[in-house]
Amino acid sequence: MFNWLQYFADWLIYSVFGISSTTHLGDALNFFVFDSLKIFVLLFVITTIMGIVNSYFPVEKVRNFLSRNKMYGLEYLFASTFGVITPFCSCSSVPLFIGFVKGGIPLGITFTYLITAPLVNEVAIAIFAGAFGFKVTAIYVITGIVLGIIGGFTLGKLKLEKQLSPWVQNIINNAQTEEELDEEQLSIIQRLPYILKDAFNIVKGVSIYIIVGIAIGGAMHGFLPTGFFEHYINKGQWYAVPLAVLMGIPMYSNAAGVIPVVQVLVAKGVPLGTAIAFMMGVIGLSLPEAMLLKKVMSWKLIAIYFGTIAFFMIISGYLFNFLL
Amino acid sequence: MKKDIKILGSGCTKCKTTYDNVHAALKETGIEATVTKIEDLEEMMKYNVLTTPVLMIDGVAKIKGRVPEVREIKELLTAL
Repeated sequence: MFNWLQYFADWLIYSVFGISSTTHLGDALNFFVFDSLKIFVLLFVITTIMGIVNSYFPVEKVRNFLSRNKMYGLEYLFASTFGVITPFCSCSSVPLFIGFVKGGIPLGITFTYLITAPLVNEVAIAIFAGAFGFKVTAIYVITGIVLGIIGGFTLGKLKLEKQLSPWVQNIINNAQTEEELDEEQLSIIQRLPYILKDAFNIVKGVSIYIIVGIAIGGAMHGFLPTGFFEHYINKGQWYAVPLAVLMGIPMYSNAAGVIPVVQVLVAKGVPLGTAIAFMMGVIGLSLPEAMLLKKVMSWKLIAIYFGTIAFFMIISGYLFNFLL
Repeated sequence: MKKDIKILGSGCTKCKTTYDNVHAALKETGIEATVTKIEDLEEMMKYNVLTTPVLMIDGVAKIKGRVPEVREIKELLTAL
């Protein structure tokens, strides 16, 4: 599928620049060119598809759908799936949180959405597909959805409403399900230029992270011997997965920056599950997010939220190591 | 008539860019408007937003969850 890009990278580095494929530099540069192009192509395609899907399910519709329908637990599945298809920016997480509980959506379902949205989004899917292929991507997406469902369900059962800031509790008590929508009615053809422009802007916005990530990845790819990390991290060490998640949480990066690095970690011998657990810790939980959430909940709830999610990330890490 | 423009967002870079773009658009069109930045969460939630930034013109949310370009804002301002 991406052979033509590999031909291009080979031609550019080995023929045009005349750097031999047997040198570390040639290897690193070739990896860098091929990987960046592949990821940018995938990113643009997937962002556009997501943009089209999203134009039919804007987050306002999702909220109204979830607040109107009680479906005996199925709403967790919907919330998690919606988390995948709607674009997400951590600066929107707080308004979104309040908007959801204000619409009468139970706390557990709101958490489900909040867990899945950053973990599985268009950028993560595109880069993941570029780095690990479609099978691993599919498993990752399903894991992300299931993690959101189980995590949100667990948090919902803990009856944590009392841990929310008083003004948020006030909002919950006055929750109303019906919200009028003032929708701009545009056909898909009319929307397409905007969708393409948005896709382009998203790609542009994350491009710097991708390039830095791939540059680090490329350097490691060319200069570290295969199996380099195997001495330090392998499946036999039970503590590697929890440690990976705990190390990932304080780090703040998005999927774009961290996945190319993770790809190389895996290529050089880190077990895939351990690497993915690390990645989930980096993109799914972060200190800036905790600071934002402080506006709506107590430290205790933030700690419970982070603890629960970290726990399930660790489980997914073990599961990945077991399955792959 | 003077237009009433509100920008809702909790102070992230996207909201700041929106604010700058609105000012650029106003300057280029010569339209007069009062521009208010709403950063307080409780205040913001009264407008029922889910994604930020939001650009409101005369009480109607025109742009939600993304940064509008100067040209786009100019079109919105001159639409009526």
